[in-house]
Amino acid sequence: MQFPKKEHYSVDELYKMANEMRVDLIKMLTKAGSGHSASPLGTMEIWTAFYFHILNHNPKKPDWEERDRLLLSCGHYCPVRYTVMAHAGYFPHEELWTLRKYGTRLQGHPERERLPGVETTSGPLGSGLSQAAGMAKVAKMDGKKWWTYVLMSDGEQQTGQIWEAAMFAGNNKLGNLIGILDRNNIQINGFTEDVMPLEPLMQKYEAFGWHVQDIDGHNIEELIDAVNKAKAVFNKPSLILAHTIPGRGVEFMERKYEWHGKPPNPKEALEAIREIRTLGGRIRSEHE
Amino acid sequence: MPINKAAKLVENILDKAKLEAKPTRDGFGLGAVAAGKKDPNVVVLCADLSESTRAQMFQKEFPDRYVEVGVAEQNMASLAAGMALAGKVPFIASYAAFSPGRNNEQIRTTISLNNANVKIMGAHAGVSVGPDGATHQALEDMALMRVQPNMKVFAPCDVWEAKKIVEAIAQIYGPAYMRFARDKTPVITTAETPFAIGVAQLFWESAKEKVDVAIFACGPLVHESILAAAVLEKEGLGVEVYDSSSVKPLDEKTVLAAAKKAGAVVTAEEHQAKGGLGGAIAEFLGENHPVPVIRVGVKDRFGESGEPDELMVAFGLVAKDIVAAAKRAVELKK
Repeated sequence: MQFPKKEHYSVDELYKMANEMRVDLIKMLTKAGSGHSASPLGTMEIWTAFYFHILNHNPKKPDWEERDRLLLSCGHYCPVRYTVMAHAGYFPHEELWTLRKYGTRLQGHPERERLPGVETTSGPLGSGLSQAAGMAKVAKMDGKKWWTYVLMSDGEQQTGQIWEAAMFAGNNKLGNLIGILDRNNIQINGFTEDVMPLEPLMQKYEAFGWHVQDIDGHNIEELIDAVNKAKAVFNKPSLILAHTIPGRGVEFMERKYEWHGKPPNPKEALEAIREIRTLGGRIRSEHE
Repeated sequence: MPINKAAKLVENILDKAKLEAKPTRDGFGLGAVAAGKKDPNVVVLCADLSESTRAQMFQKEFPDRYVEVGVAEQNMASLAAGMALAGKVPFIASYAAFSPGRNNEQIRTTISLNNANVKIMGAHAGVSVGPDGATHQALEDMALMRVQPNMKVFAPCDVWEAKKIVEAIAQIYGPAYMRFARDKTPVITTAETPFAIGVAQLFWESAKEKVDVAIFACGPLVHESILAAAVLEKEGLGVEVYDSSSVKPLDEKTVLAAAKKAGAVVTAEEHQAKGGLGGAIAEFLGENHPVPVIRVGVKDRFGESGEPDELMVAFGLVAKDIVAAAKRAVELKK
């Protein structure tokens, strides 16, 4: 289903929508039989806030020139983006069940040429910040008013290209570029600080000429507030370090790197959906 | 002399001493300025090599449309992809060994698969780079670019053809790669020499009734092939020489017709003999009209330091090597 078109959703509504969409995310991953679970679940609040509050966009005109650009650098997060895009009206809801199937527009990693609205093609880590910087540079050159946002994972901060791009954005004072770094502490081989430590991330970005804030990535009000603050910083690119819990909403997945790159099986999916619908058993589900 | 008059080449083409020599990279600088005047969306990005790649010529004319990225070729490729997706026509300039060498995956994902309108300018391709040695002598760049869907590949024979290619690719949508070899290359074409994407131009038409061998060349080896043709004709062989600067799309129609007419083909390029123009022609003819194809190119080795001219001789990339290849191709017909 598609959420009703509204000028303003309340924060409570946004949380409910995020939870509702988590159910679809679990369903689509289970049907696909492969794909990533933890980080998509963990960033659902971020995507919900962007598509239903922050972004200036038009789902019916994905190539509208004045739209804000939201890039996904870590392409493997795409199931959450697809789920939220479907609910925002970019494509029919039932298309979600084609994820990763032959002939689908919802490729295992997103492709711009196949699905309008995803802004770019991503999968190999570390190239999204460069592309976002390129777009922001164009907007700055041409005096355009749109904003460029890019969601990055923490694991991809290990690539050299991220820091090449961070240096470029700082040097070019791209105040119209806002990066969201999903700090969930996991990557395929384990916890980031065990695999290849990233800290101190805030100081690193600051040293590259960025304005940095850190927030609870599940707190929609904090995120919206941070984006507004970032927009007020005129002469520096902004980084919002969003601390999230991977697998958020499904207790047996939370904080476990083992859930980075696999979907739930049908039995696990039922358990996950029950948990999401009862908010971890705190409420009775209307579906029970 | 059997020079194709329609090709409008320079006079004295067989006398190297009388030919003007200019770096092909000047063609990039001149072409970028011309394209920039025509289209305000043309921008140039460079990775700390603006003088050497001639990106500087554009920078002087359009300082606000020149983007310096520092020594960061991976960032440059994806940055350009982002700029292209926002409506610009970015040209990215570096040495071919670094771009498309170092940033190959970024080109594959964010430019080719993304079908982003980025033009990649690879300077210092080939052994004729000279003293800098193997690290800076790209010999596999066309192979890397030729196998990526959506990507077009060009290797101009001289400065004027380079300029024409730059202006042509600025006007069509889609990813393109152009390599330029050698510091100073004899200028053999003129402003009037025809150029079209995907068309091999006939530069030398046989003086004889019968054509024994057709030579397809690109880059500095086009001139060497003309010198070779003059020798071969003197020795009694009928020869055609085509400038195949458009490596992809390949002019399959012309290659097929020439192979049918001559029955033997030689390719010549300053690149690995595998994977470049010779590879493209051998693949195509193998499936469509199998005839002997002898490839003149670098034989599975890296380059090394030396003076450009001595390296061209040492690596078997001059007229006498093309003569030998042609004779062998003719021999194989029997």
